[in-house]
Amino acid sequence: MTDSYDIIVVGAGHNGLVCSALLAKAGKKVLVLEANDQVGGAAVTREFADGYSVSACAHLLYQLQPSVCKDLGLKPKLATSNMQTIALSEDGRHVRYSGASVAGVSDSDTRSYQAFHKRMARYADLLNTYLNKAPPRLGTTDFRDLSTLARLGFDIRRLGKEEMREFLRLIGMNIHDELDERFESPLLKGALSLDAVLGTHLGPRSPNTIMTYLYRLAGDHGRLAVPKGGMGSVSDGLASVARAAGVTIRTGMPVARIIVENGRVGGVETTAGERFESLTVVSNADPKRTILDLVGARHVETGFTRRIDHIRMRGNAAKLHLALTGLPRIDGLSKKDFAERLVIAPDEHYVERAFNPAKYGECSPEPVVELTFPSFRDESLAPTGQHVMSAVLQYAPYQLAGGWNDDARNAFLDSAIAVIARYMPDIESRIVASELLTPADIEREFHITGGHWHHGELSLDQFLFVRPVCGSAQYRMPLDGLYLCGAGTHPGGGVSGAAGRNAARTILRRERAA
Amino acid sequence: MTIQEVHQGRLRTPFYSRLAALDTVNTWHEWKGYTSTDELYCAETEYFAIRNATAVFDLTPMTKYRIAGPDALPYIDRLVTRDMTKVRPGRVAYAVWCDDQGQVIDDGTIFHLRDGEYRLCSQERHFAWLNAAAIGFDVTITEETAEVAALAVQGPTSFSILSRMGLAGLAELKPFDLMHVDFEGVELMVSRTGFTGDLGYELWIAPEKAETLWDKLFAAGEVTGIRAIGTHALEVARIEAGYIAVYEEFLPADETVRTGRTRSPLELGLNWLVDFKKANFNGRRALAEEMRRGSTWRLVRLDIAGNKAAHHSYVYANEKGNKTEIGFITSAVWSPVCKQNIALGTVKMPHGKVGDNVWVEIYYQREMHWSRVMAKATVVGEPFWFPSRRGATPPGPY
Ligand SMILES: Cc1cc2nc3c(=O)[nH]c(=O)nc-3n(C[C@H](O)[C@H](O)[C@H](O)COP(=O)(O)OP(=O)(O)OC[C@H]3O[C@@H](n4cnc5c(N)ncnc54)[C@H](O)[C@@H]3O)c2cc1C
Repeated sequence: MTDSYDIIVVGAGHNGLVCSALLAKAGKKVLVLEANDQVGGAAVTREFADGYSVSACAHLLYQLQPSVCKDLGLKPKLATSNMQTIALSEDGRHVRYSGASVAGVSDSDTRSYQAFHKRMARYADLLNTYLNKAPPRLGTTDFRDLSTLARLGFDIRRLGKEEMREFLRLIGMNIHDELDERFESPLLKGALSLDAVLGTHLGPRSPNTIMTYLYRLAGDHGRLAVPKGGMGSVSDGLASVARAAGVTIRTGMPVARIIVENGRVGGVETTAGERFESLTVVSNADPKRTILDLVGARHVETGFTRRIDHIRMRGNAAKLHLALTGLPRIDGLSKKDFAERLVIAPDEHYVERAFNPAKYGECSPEPVVELTFPSFRDESLAPTGQHVMSAVLQYAPYQLAGGWNDDARNAFLDSAIAVIARYMPDIESRIVASELLTPADIEREFHITGGHWHHGELSLDQFLFVRPVCGSAQYRMPLDGLYLCGAGTHPGGGVSGAAGRNAARTILRRERAA
Repeated sequence: MTIQEVHQGRLRTPFYSRLAALDTVNTWHEWKGYTSTDELYCAETEYFAIRNATAVFDLTPMTKYRIAGPDALPYIDRLVTRDMTKVRPGRVAYAVWCDDQGQVIDDGTIFHLRDGEYRLCSQERHFAWLNAAAIGFDVTITEETAEVAALAVQGPTSFSILSRMGLAGLAELKPFDLMHVDFEGVELMVSRTGFTGDLGYELWIAPEKAETLWDKLFAAGEVTGIRAIGTHALEVARIEAGYIAVYEEFLPADETVRTGRTRSPLELGLNWLVDFKKANFNGRRALAEEMRRGSTWRLVRLDIAGNKAAHHSYVYANEKGNKTEIGFITSAVWSPVCKQNIALGTVKMPHGKVGDNVWVEIYYQREMHWSRVMAKATVVGEPFWFPSRRGATPPGPY
């Protein structure tokens, strides 16, 4: 038996959910098929040890687009908001920053930071306008493309002559040089470096890490929050909105292939052999998986296939979850500081040095760490009095030389705990259980090729007009009826919903035009 | 004192010793890393061997790829614009392949050697593109240019000569057929293909047997006349046959920088090679769009008044010329066999319909001074040279 839908969405990641909800609100009959048993993709809350739950990948909310919340009437419940970043120092003299304010650094650094933040926030706002619409195509005569392009030029020009020059100077630059020129505090430089490179296969001296930093600030100037119930609650909220709009969501249904008939999309077939018909299929899976595995190269053309195949998307961020008997001791922190975001990146060279081995397929002997104790403000995540720690570890290359076998995993886990223990000497004695998710695990469990945070490296050659690939940056793929809506498309990853929303709007606009 | 030979850094084909022995004028050029002869004694005489006797051309430098594996057919079918499912084992297909924009990368011949095993021959190298096209297919692509020595044996007496060599089954070989025969214990492939528009064959053999093959062939040809030829003679025959050539009628799309300088198969008169019934092939979307919107260029065959070859000439819509330029000549030659001044050219649509008259601006030089004529030309539909012997099976003895 086959069912027929206007639109089938492959994957119930948060972008797939945003996309399907908007399509259903516009009157479409939408089916979402998700491989996992839970909705949310990399934005989920999972139990990793008996009684202990955590946001499995994404744990901090800072990019959710207001436009998405507004269009869907979504209001995530937050356990913590307006969080500080505390850059940990072994001697307890930590540096703190949030928004435009900074503490624990010299007066001159304070002034520099305020100026730096103001400028970055301004550029991020400019960038953000373009994250919320499909990027214009180059070399067309389409009015929409031309006006967006003209607008982009105008907006950059409107910064003023000086600022425009500064923007164009910075956008391709590495963050290290910029931070080194502006600041004295190694700790501040280390933490800001980490902000720029989180989720990428880039070090602070890699080109375009200012751009990745701006990307992080776009949306909400980097204001940090932790959703109540973990990141899964955001996805669950989106799923409720989608269902209320009439979307059918079926989990535990991996799609084996996107059916192509007579040179166009005709539906999907699940691994169990169930077929669903639809002339429009929107994939929330990453571009490589969608085109090379689900569609198959033979149904698309060679130039396009080659570009898709060449997308750089080798993840480098691992996730570490610890179940703890209680909060560890950290010098120089007060109790309430456990609600904040803690980072281990004592100086900017530390971050670059952590990256060095990753270039050669080895993991950092001393990883950089971003960590939170989400249970501190959310009792639902751990048994009473006990806690969970959620940490992003870099760098853990997807293609580890020698592979991610048990020895390699244990070695990386040990070095991560050793680094953390420098700041939390009693941490080891408090560990009840742990879970390490390497990019290889993330690939397997969340069906993200390379386990990459953004479904594709965030770099200028894979950004804006050329994301995911040159010539196909507008969600519509060169196969009739096929669209992408995930992080691999413009603007990129993070729990933002921008890609899902832009994709839905593109699809609806096309339907109206047709 | 003796003058030493200067090394040119060019490869020599397995037939080099035989060509060098016949060579009297020492004019060689580079062809994809190999040294290849322009002419051996006199291009005119060599040309007449093609049309009146038998000419032998060393086409070893022709780029050859072996394509094999379970997905070989779907792979090739998606690579080229024509329907390859219709090309049975033992058949050869002329084909073009395009990029995603529907612009021609190259043309060539595809030999269906055995079930699921193909050889693709082209003038240019395409290893990178062929490998990109292999993403997602279970195929192996092997560059075998150096592993296969090849000779074109073309002309009215070619069938007789090869028959005299004792190649069994030759009489039944139809145009674009291929067969494998034993030649002194190694496999010789014979295909009824060529670049001259005449009766002719191509012989493909392991390099070790190349010289023996050559010697046997020339021995068999002695009574009726057989000549080795260079590229100059072949070029005249090529234009007479109306065949397009890379870097003349089109540029490889993947090497061309300026927009609008490439050509689609539709713009090269190859509509018959583009099969829109296939669900997908490289360039299909763009070519379907071109069909809807109309092409920009059209390839024309021109019969030009007078006898001055129209090399590189502009083509105009009217005799006055100015402001009515519609295109230019890409290949031109005086055709000895047709007694016609012929050319291939590219003109803007909608100009150049068969039967249209256009004007060709020909510059020519006589003792340093330049002169110019506006020659009237007619667009013709058929190749200039298409003898009936080319299609006859079995070919007659001459
Ligand atoms: C370790 C790590 C930490 C991160 N931390 C943060 C953070 O703190 N803050 C933040 O904002 N972002 C973070 N991110 C990034 C963020 O999680 C992702 O960018 C975002 O979740 C991507 O959302 P998506 O909907 O586009 O794709 P995904 O969430 O990957 O969803 C894709 C969905 O498609 C499904 N799917 C794939 N193939 C198939 C198939 N064949 N059939 C059916 N379903 C299929 C998958 O199962 C998945 O559910 C992190 C990422 C990682 C890897």
